[in-house]
Amino acid sequence: MIRARGLERRYGAKRVLRGVDLDVERGGFTLVTGRNGSGKTTLLRLVAGLAAPTAGELEVHVERGQLGFIGHEPLVYRELTAIENLRLYAQLYRVPEPRERIGMLLERFALWEARNQRAGSYSRGMLQRLALCRALLHEPELLLLDEPYSGLDSEGAELLDRELAERVGRATFVVATHDPERLAPLASGALAL
Amino acid sequence: MTYARDVVALARKDLLLELRARETLPAMLLFVLATLVAFRFALPADASERASVGLLWVAILFTALLGITRAFIPEREQRVLDGLVLAPVDRSAIWLGKVVATLAFLAAAEVVALPAFSLFFERVTWSTVAAVALADVGLCAVGAILAAMAAAGRARELLFPVLFLPLSLPILVGGVGAAVSDDPGRYLAFLALYDGVFAILAWASFEYVVTE
Amino acid sequence: MAVAAAVVLVAGFALALLWAPEDADQGPSQRIFYLHVPIALTAYAAFGWGAWKALRLLWTGNQRYDLESYTAVHMGTIFGTLTLVTGSIWARTSWGVWWSWGERQLVLFLILFLFYAAYFMLRFSLPDGPGRARISAVYALFGVVLIPISFLAIRLAENLIHPVVFTRDGPQMSGDMFFTFCVCLAGMLLLAGTLYLNELAGKRLDLKLRDLRESLELG
Repeated sequence: MIRARGLERRYGAKRVLRGVDLDVERGGFTLVTGRNGSGKTTLLRLVAGLAAPTAGELEVHVERGQLGFIGHEPLVYRELTAIENLRLYAQLYRVPEPRERIGMLLERFALWEARNQRAGSYSRGMLQRLALCRALLHEPELLLLDEPYSGLDSEGAELLDRELAERVGRATFVVATHDPERLAPLASGALAL
Repeated sequence: MTYARDVVALARKDLLLELRARETLPAMLLFVLATLVAFRFALPADASERASVGLLWVAILFTALLGITRAFIPEREQRVLDGLVLAPVDRSAIWLGKVVATLAFLAAAEVVALPAFSLFFERVTWSTVAAVALADVGLCAVGAILAAMAAAGRARELLFPVLFLPLSLPILVGGVGAAVSDDPGRYLAFLALYDGVFAILAWASFEYVVTE
Repeated sequence: MAVAAAVVLVAGFALALLWAPEDADQGPSQRIFYLHVPIALTAYAAFGWGAWKALRLLWTGNQRYDLESYTAVHMGTIFGTLTLVTGSIWARTSWGVWWSWGERQLVLFLILFLFYAAYFMLRFSLPDGPGRARISAVYALFGVVLIPISFLAIRLAENLIHPVVFTRDGPQMSGDMFFTFCVCLAGMLLLAGTLYLNELAGKRLDLKLRDLRESLELG
């Protein structure tokens, strides 16, 4: 599903990724580890198509509509409510039966009560959970998660564990984390930067 | 057609954001009024009709500048643009949604500005209104893509006016010409040409501005 | 190319100064026309070349076109600025004013100067990479479309901006004048070409140097 050879990405004079190779098959679960600044975020952005490599080859055999992405930012409009945000994304991702889907996800991530509050009033943990709703809204085949547990309290983390466990094997995962122990049991492959 | 639905959804989003934040539109309204008053004071009493019409256009131009500068701020500040770019949406729909929304703001400001101008200076002719309408389309079409370019870099709010003004000069010429000349048709046709050419260019190339 | 440029330029200047017949209306000051118009045309050519390279960049994604487009726009801006300067000098010597709004070329180049100066500001504000290349390319395309549109606008508005009081040489030149003009034009184009290749080579060398330095630091 994903194939990369000799990936390189530089920002100005600084080279953030050098000679990275990656192979991910359908249904795989790859952990990407490394210190801060080792390029995990950059790698995920390259695979997502948010940035282009400055050298090397990259093939991602997934349509844009089948891709789910969690980055450092939740990618939601602070001035809109959770429901309004998800409704927008549901339209953009052509989600069938959007109301049901949105309702179900908000409930699974314990955000149903806060659904009509502005996202700007959310706590860090709530924002991360909203971001997860956004990423899972369209049931993507490929999930690219950059430190998905960051900002989550223990309850939130359990919710995420449950969602991941349900989808392992059915969807493909590439997860960047600096705490690989938590996800090690799910992983089928690893890449250290 | 899903393209149209995408554009509507995106434009609605921008209008909703403005409704909540209430920052840009009030500023535009107040700014255009204050500018017209300032111009009234700045012009000598026996100034020609042509001069005052020219000032109307300057006021409109700078009000558009004020409004469009903020066009991509919500996307940029929270990196939400990434979210839109990731979606399987035609990138040009993002541009078109912005154009529709900023057109709405600009038109709202002009609903105030044109009557005010009639009050302070002299009556506004139909050719002026037509010219303003055509000019708005061009300003928003070009402004939307330039705002996205400026938003990608540093000093974005300083950079946008520098990018916007040179491209808006032909609109200024067309607009003032239509308002003032005896034969406004030529100028209106020119404005329509500007709109068509630059809108197509912006529509086709927006993709390349927001992706790498 | 440099040698050819030098030869043709010198020949052109010699022709312009010594050989071409004197203009009946304007006298010796008209000779600056042989400098001013070729410079202007070269600027247009440079902007067009830059836009072409920009299109190639967007089409193929090959990053080499970014540098080529940038350098061409750079050349265009330099020659554009020279157009404004020579145009101003010509206006001064012909009509006694440093600037004339009735002078279409001059006004057009003023707008273009503002536009392309912003190009560099835009480029400077963006981080190096494929993103900057793409945005610069799109902007360069806008520029080349702006040229005819602005020209139309200026023509339309001639009587609005400034009544056309003075006229100047059109294409109705005598055969000798035309020949001199062509030689000067060829010389300017060659000069632009030489500077372009020079700057391009220099920038490419800089990049290679940077790559080498990095490899040394890491390996």
